[in-house]
Amino acid sequence: MKQRRQLCTFYLQKLLFGVEVEKVQEVIRYQEMTRIPLSPEVIAGLINLRGQIVTAVDLRRQLELPARSGGELPMNVVIRRDDGPISLLVDEIGDVVEVDEQLFEPAPDTLDAHGREFIRGVYKLKQQLLLLLDTEKAMSVVGTHPA
Amino acid sequence: MDPSQPACDPGQLSSEMDEVIKEFLVECNEGLDRFDRDLVALEKDRTSRELLDSIFRAIHTIKGTGGVLGYEKLVSISHIGESVLSRMRDGLLLLSPAITTALLTMADALRSILQDIAAGGTEGTGDFSAVLRQLSTVLEQAQPPVAAKTPLSIAGPQPDSAAPPLLGEILVSSETCKPEDVVAAVELQQEGDPRRMGQILVDSRAADPSAVVEGLKMQSDYREIGSNTIRVDVALLDKVMNLVGELVLARNQVLQFTGTQKDSSFLSTAQRLNLITTELQEGVMKTRMQPIGNVWNKLPRVVRDLSVGCGKQIEIRMEGAETELDKTIIEAIKDPLTHIIRNAVDHGIEVPEVRAASGKSREGHLVLRAFHEGGQVNIEISDDGAGIATEKLKAKAIANGMVTADHAARMSERELLNLAFAPGLSTVEQVSNISGRGVGMDVVKTNIEKIGGMVDLQSAVGKGTLLKIKIPLTLAIIPALIVTSGGERFAIPQVSLIELVRSEGQEAGHGIENIHGASVYRLRGNLLPLIYLNRELRLGSESASGSINIVVLQSGDRQFGLVVDEINDTEEIVVKPLSKQLKSVSCFAGATIMGDGHVALILDVLGLAQMTRVVSELHEQNVAKQGLKSAESAAQREAWLLFRIGKDGRMAIPLSLVSRLEEFPATQVERFAGHEVIQYREQIMPLVRLAEALGYAGASDSELLQVIVYSSNGRSVGLVVDEILDIADQSAAVQQIRHVETLKGAAVIQQRVTDLLDVPALLAAQQLAGGEGAQA
Repeated sequence: MKQRRQLCTFYLQKLLFGVEVEKVQEVIRYQEMTRIPLSPEVIAGLINLRGQIVTAVDLRRQLELPARSGGELPMNVVIRRDDGPISLLVDEIGDVVEVDEQLFEPAPDTLDAHGREFIRGVYKLKQQLLLLLDTEKAMSVVGTHPA
Repeated sequence: MDPSQPACDPGQLSSEMDEVIKEFLVECNEGLDRFDRDLVALEKDRTSRELLDSIFRAIHTIKGTGGVLGYEKLVSISHIGESVLSRMRDGLLLLSPAITTALLTMADALRSILQDIAAGGTEGTGDFSAVLRQLSTVLEQAQPPVAAKTPLSIAGPQPDSAAPPLLGEILVSSETCKPEDVVAAVELQQEGDPRRMGQILVDSRAADPSAVVEGLKMQSDYREIGSNTIRVDVALLDKVMNLVGELVLARNQVLQFTGTQKDSSFLSTAQRLNLITTELQEGVMKTRMQPIGNVWNKLPRVVRDLSVGCGKQIEIRMEGAETELDKTIIEAIKDPLTHIIRNAVDHGIEVPEVRAASGKSREGHLVLRAFHEGGQVNIEISDDGAGIATEKLKAKAIANGMVTADHAARMSERELLNLAFAPGLSTVEQVSNISGRGVGMDVVKTNIEKIGGMVDLQSAVGKGTLLKIKIPLTLAIIPALIVTSGGERFAIPQVSLIELVRSEGQEAGHGIENIHGASVYRLRGNLLPLIYLNRELRLGSESASGSINIVVLQSGDRQFGLVVDEINDTEEIVVKPLSKQLKSVSCFAGATIMGDGHVALILDVLGLAQMTRVVSELHEQNVAKQGLKSAESAAQREAWLLFRIGKDGRMAIPLSLVSRLEEFPATQVERFAGHEVIQYREQIMPLVRLAEALGYAGASDSELLQVIVYSSNGRSVGLVVDEILDIADQSAAVQQIRHVETLKGAAVIQQRVTDLLDVPALLAAQQLAGGEGAQA
């Protein structure tokens, strides 16, 4: 029997990333943000999610990708957590895809060391590679310095 | 199974555990707390039947319910304790310190068993034979039971007792049973008959079964009447509280929206929503309120244990135990309070011999007071002990290298006292096992400041010590000042706010000086260290509006000024914690959602002060600078309000006497008994035209009156002048050139000779209240 899992996908710098669907609380368009002075660089700010204050992590900064160009507004992938949700800022939202576990492979060595930290592995889809994001790592601020 | 599921939390009951047992544990723990409290109180008032009954009931319940649930250890320990107490009820045994100690040890043993039950469901393996022996010894001291002369148990129900009456009492009072039969039954029980009262009476045919059933029913009815409260899980309350917080925010948003709407039915609905939300908010807040007595109740026991341990006699008195506080705050002050009490008992109050030698009563006194004041709760803990020797503190602080000898010499008595809160400082020569290890008071201070509170210490050597704590009522919804800096809004909790200073136009920046790179502002003669919010938070551009806004804040016992771009408004805000990713940022206490839906950060005043170190470092510079200055000129700097009366009368009064400056249209002036008065803040305020009163010519006849409001003893007087000139901040050497009754003399202010008005003398001359010796 084939094992399948559902991933919520999104794009960052044209790369396709995926997060397990059950970890995602919701996906919302750009929200106005309150920046937090002196906070770690990867923290983009705070958003008001229907009365709840949610910390937003800029995934581009977390993965050390070049900054978004001026006019582009990020989207929010809100990840469910025991101690309140956290939002991951991404470029664009993709589809929910069902992937076959047989297509899974650990992150290739060609990926740079920093990127490998946040990526649990790769699904070799027909059209494109799908990178499985380690959400816990992505939401952490360990090792980053204040802006 | 989800591996992230935490292992069963000790102290928490697993979900399968019976509700009944949970309830039993809560009941027993409350009962034991009451037991401790009442037992210690009984020691002072050994004849109190009421206290004795309450103690007896607590143990009786544990024994009874424990027996039903099959906890043998609980039953055997509480049984012997109950026997001791019943001897006391019968007047065969009088409470002595040894008995109190034995009973308290028993309570501790019961608690430890209860803890084991809570953790594992069983009574654990603790060995309590020592406790049992101790209690047996006590029991043996009692005289053998003789025929009870006045069996108090059937003396009729005690009117002020909340407990249900005993079955015997009910049966006697309903005349279904003769008193002597009940007495006989009680005696049988005391001799060890295990049967219940009803059973004995039925067996001996003293009462018929239906009457007993009736009596039992009455008893249980009685129990139900007392239960008009329900137990609610705190987590549920917290959730409701959060939801109300959301509602408050939604309400704020709706209210902001009303500004753009004209639909009257919408407006009135919004208005109702507003009122209901406010009421709901208050109601929910109230459910979280608990009397401070809940924390205090444990203290008599603490004091007793400690004072017995160190051979002291201490009486603890509590005032205002009913003062209510938010639950989270109650939790937060529990440990600091206990610590303060330990300190007072251990170091503050002397042993009886020393007390007697210095002419004090042998018994030391410890007073706890709590009261509401200005939206805050004040807690005062005072003792009549030895006080704190500031000399010792000073020496110790110098020895520890915390302050230089030089600095210490310049410190005020109060500053020296507050060294007691510095980490690692204790004046006790001998470290006892109770306290005095030098950790503690600093922790007390930090813990209280963490919840937005303040601590102050006053002490007189030989007389005692007074510790004052001020804490906010609640932490969930707080009033805050909203400011803007670098385009971002920030909320500042109002508790830390002292005043707002704004200087505009040409004066902007005037009064701000630099000392070694640190900015200070001259505020009424004192130097106020300044922090620029833009710079500290690296917000970038500073406002170019040309005006400077300073928010004067209090952090601990120090003040500092926070320079912001704009001061917006005050608002009730709902405090939301920041996620743990932001823990490293110490200058924010949380975040809140504003009326327009945007998120604003809440500044942590203490954290901000510590981060910028404005408080400690600048303070030292402050002291150093003041030292220099005071050597320079002995004359006190003071802020003076300069004004003109008549054509060229130049006068000044100290700014500290001025409560406000006002302008009134001349048409508002009315007359009372021939004198000019004006309606001001719902009072009738007399006016004094200074030019007239002092005989200066050329008073202007302007439409608008310039009035200096002077207040004394709650009464205000308006001094009408012709022009307010300036506020000068300088020292003024007062010289008496010629004696004029209403003048203090003259001084050179801003390079010009200025008359100094003596306001009380003037008012006395005008026969107005506020003057010296004048009748109202």
